[in-house]
Amino acid sequence: MSLRRPSKNQPEDFDFNPASLAAAKLIIAKYPKDKQQSAVMALLYIAQKQNSNWIPLVAMKYIGKFLDMPYIKVYEVATFYTMYNLAPVGKNFIQVCTTTPCMIRGAYKLVEACKEKISENENELSKDQSCSWMEVECLGACVNAPMLQINDDYYEDLDKEKTLKILDKILTGETPKPGSYRGRLNNEPENNRKTLMDLKNA
Amino acid sequence: MLKLKVNEIDIEVEEGLTVLQACEKAGVEIPRFCYHEKLSIAGNCRMCLVELEKSPKPVASCAMPAAEGMNIKTNTEFVEKARKGVMEFLLANHPLDCPVCDQGGECDLQDQSMFYGVDKSRYKENKRAVSEKNMGPLIKTQMTRCIHCTRCVRFATEVAGVTEIGAIGRGEDMEITTYLEQSMQSELSANVVDLCPVGALTSKPYVFEARPWELKKTESIDVMDAIGSNIRVDTYGWEVKRILPRINEDINEEWISDKTRYACDGLLNQRLDTPYIKYNGKFEKASWNEVFNIIKSKFKNADKNKICGMSGDLINMESLYIFKEFFNKTLGSYNVESRSDHTYLNSKKRENYLFNSTINGIEEADFILLIGSNPRYEATILNARIRKAYLQNKTKIISLNDVGDLTYPYESLDGDIENIKKITEDNHEVSSLIKEAKKPLIIFGQSSLKTKSAKYIFESVKSFLKKNNKMSDEWNSLNTISENASTVGSFDLGLYKTVDGSNEVLKDLENHMFEIVYLLGVDNLKFEKKNEFVIYQGSHGDKGAEIADIILPGAAYTEQNGYFTNLEGKIQKAYKASFPPEEAKEDWLIINELAEAMNHRKLFNDKDELDSSLLNQINLFIEKDKSIKSSTVENVEFKQEILKIENEDYYYSNAIARASKTMLECKTAKVNLKLTGTEG
Repeated sequence: MSLRRPSKNQPEDFDFNPASLAAAKLIIAKYPKDKQQSAVMALLYIAQKQNSNWIPLVAMKYIGKFLDMPYIKVYEVATFYTMYNLAPVGKNFIQVCTTTPCMIRGAYKLVEACKEKISENENELSKDQSCSWMEVECLGACVNAPMLQINDDYYEDLDKEKTLKILDKILTGETPKPGSYRGRLNNEPENNRKTLMDLKNA
Repeated sequence: MLKLKVNEIDIEVEEGLTVLQACEKAGVEIPRFCYHEKLSIAGNCRMCLVELEKSPKPVASCAMPAAEGMNIKTNTEFVEKARKGVMEFLLANHPLDCPVCDQGGECDLQDQSMFYGVDKSRYKENKRAVSEKNMGPLIKTQMTRCIHCTRCVRFATEVAGVTEIGAIGRGEDMEITTYLEQSMQSELSANVVDLCPVGALTSKPYVFEARPWELKKTESIDVMDAIGSNIRVDTYGWEVKRILPRINEDINEEWISDKTRYACDGLLNQRLDTPYIKYNGKFEKASWNEVFNIIKSKFKNADKNKICGMSGDLINMESLYIFKEFFNKTLGSYNVESRSDHTYLNSKKRENYLFNSTINGIEEADFILLIGSNPRYEATILNARIRKAYLQNKTKIISLNDVGDLTYPYESLDGDIENIKKITEDNHEVSSLIKEAKKPLIIFGQSSLKTKSAKYIFESVKSFLKKNNKMSDEWNSLNTISENASTVGSFDLGLYKTVDGSNEVLKDLENHMFEIVYLLGVDNLKFEKKNEFVIYQGSHGDKGAEIADIILPGAAYTEQNGYFTNLEGKIQKAYKASFPPEEAKEDWLIINELAEAMNHRKLFNDKDELDSSLLNQINLFIEKDKSIKSSTVENVEFKQEILKIENEDYYYSNAIARASKTMLECKTAKVNLKLTGTEG
């Protein structure tokens, strides 16, 4: 990993839309007066949500003014945490988990699928600019390995074929069904339960 | 008091100190990079590790509070090994470019690696490369050398009050930068160069100029503003290569303003190096004898009431004193003036033009009122003190005018003089704030002393303070920010002619009453010349020399020994670091020789005689001043007026700064930043 830099193409202006504004105010209300700076991380995330998964410099400036803190402080936070995207990642941001459990279960096949369908390199927009992919560390769904995350949804128990299908749908603008792709409910054991048989709702 | 042991020696220290400070009290030096007395504690370089009894791991002494019964060891093998380990990590990514690094010879990392460095590297990996950052025309960056001590970040946030430097990224990729690589908008910015313990931030104008051991170091006094910052002048032959701050806790602590530091390249340009005479509108070189003869005949033929002398902003007290003696004794004229504009002066008592609360006193103040002042530009170091006071005590600050960002929050009134009237008539919320405050600080800026209502503003506020006992020997809340380095010295020596505070000489000059005008380093005079014969004595070919008929080349402040009195009334001596160029002479010498040419008698036999006579005069004056009872001028007529703050051209305020390329760059950088609108 190297230092992530803000994108060369920056929009001219940024404002919170009414929904974001309401969400931001809700967060700020949680902190004591004059300590509203503490809300900077949450606000950056709200801005990222609103601006198709990335934070432009104007948004950092906007948040700096919003919270009455120096721009450089907002900039520091945004560059520190890797989950803030500083360059466009497309409307659909695909994160493939390649940490050990997923890797053992074939996560690199998923990466191959992404390379075929979306773009040759990580953090590169697809031809229609609608999505990009990147490898990430553990997303905490090891039981359903291998898996990937598209925006807020997890897609689990994948292989290359299934990934290709999901990506096709994504590229045509549909939203595929999230969850397990081997018919499991959440992370229940495959081929039926083996323990706690006497409990009905376990 | 806490009792503890440092290297088996028992010492007692006050409570609230850190282990590092306790060690220093015991005379043990601890290596450090990130720790700095004047900044907050970061504790991130880990160089100050010490062994603490009963602690299994070494402890960062800068961040560890000293406690009763501690047994600190700094000279054990354990400590040395720990520090060597830290140093090895610091050097893992630090380039081996000391031979081409400007910090070489005065680098903390270089010095400390002589003790704790390992002679060979165990790393085979590539070193980290970091791109250079733009931090403006004063600071050169070489960020590969950065060891992330964050001193610069803390300085900008805490002392300078401009949160523009920060650390972006994380871990190994952390980089220090200004926001989007804009130049730093502070008049104290270049102090980060001194703070940087390595060569990451170095001085741009001084780049590859000299090595520290080649330079002759002279401790001196700054003249760029009235603060009288303590400086060290580094010279290489004749050239002044750079100016660094000296620690003086009562004045500038350890900071100096950018103008103080970088106007010094103006000492090399635009210099007057030989006497000139103007023939048909053109200057021609002349010898000292020629010019003295012309001046002599001019003075001989002139009516002594039609002669006037004006002294400038960067003149030391010896020259001022001999200038006045020359006029009074040799010429028999009393038209001597040091103010080059219509500044109001109440010369009855010294307190009327001094910063009476002293610079240290600012930290004790509990209320500050600024009248017609932008201290950020008028006295940068003083402004940093006000900020320090604000940070320590949350001092309430009110300014009559809105003067923009002062690096601390303040309330502003609308600038109407009516407010002063209300305040002094006890009819304003500020009146009660002043009365309630134990140690209020009322600061008059130059703008308030230059307006038409200057007399009203000053005298009415003064009598209000007097009435409410805010001007006593313990705490005198009446403060003036003097304009120039020589202002207080000139007033102390009586270089003014006034009855009611107005500038009579300048009035007469503007009405073209004089035949001969002798300007001693006067460059800020706005004067349309008619038939006057102008003699200009000074160091730079600036505004004063332009209107002159005869030019006498003088010396700049680094080229002669001289006393300066700062705005608090402290006398300090500036020492000669260099010498005047070519034919130019020290200012006092020129006047002394001119006096000799005029009537075959020197005013003083030598510099020593002048010095002792001057100090005598000043001591007598100050003694006499103490016995004068402070009085007030009542019933000054009120005039409706809106006070305007003169937007002082900070980087261009005197002849030396105007001749400086660096100051021009600073000015352009500031203008450009405003034009792009990126400042927010």
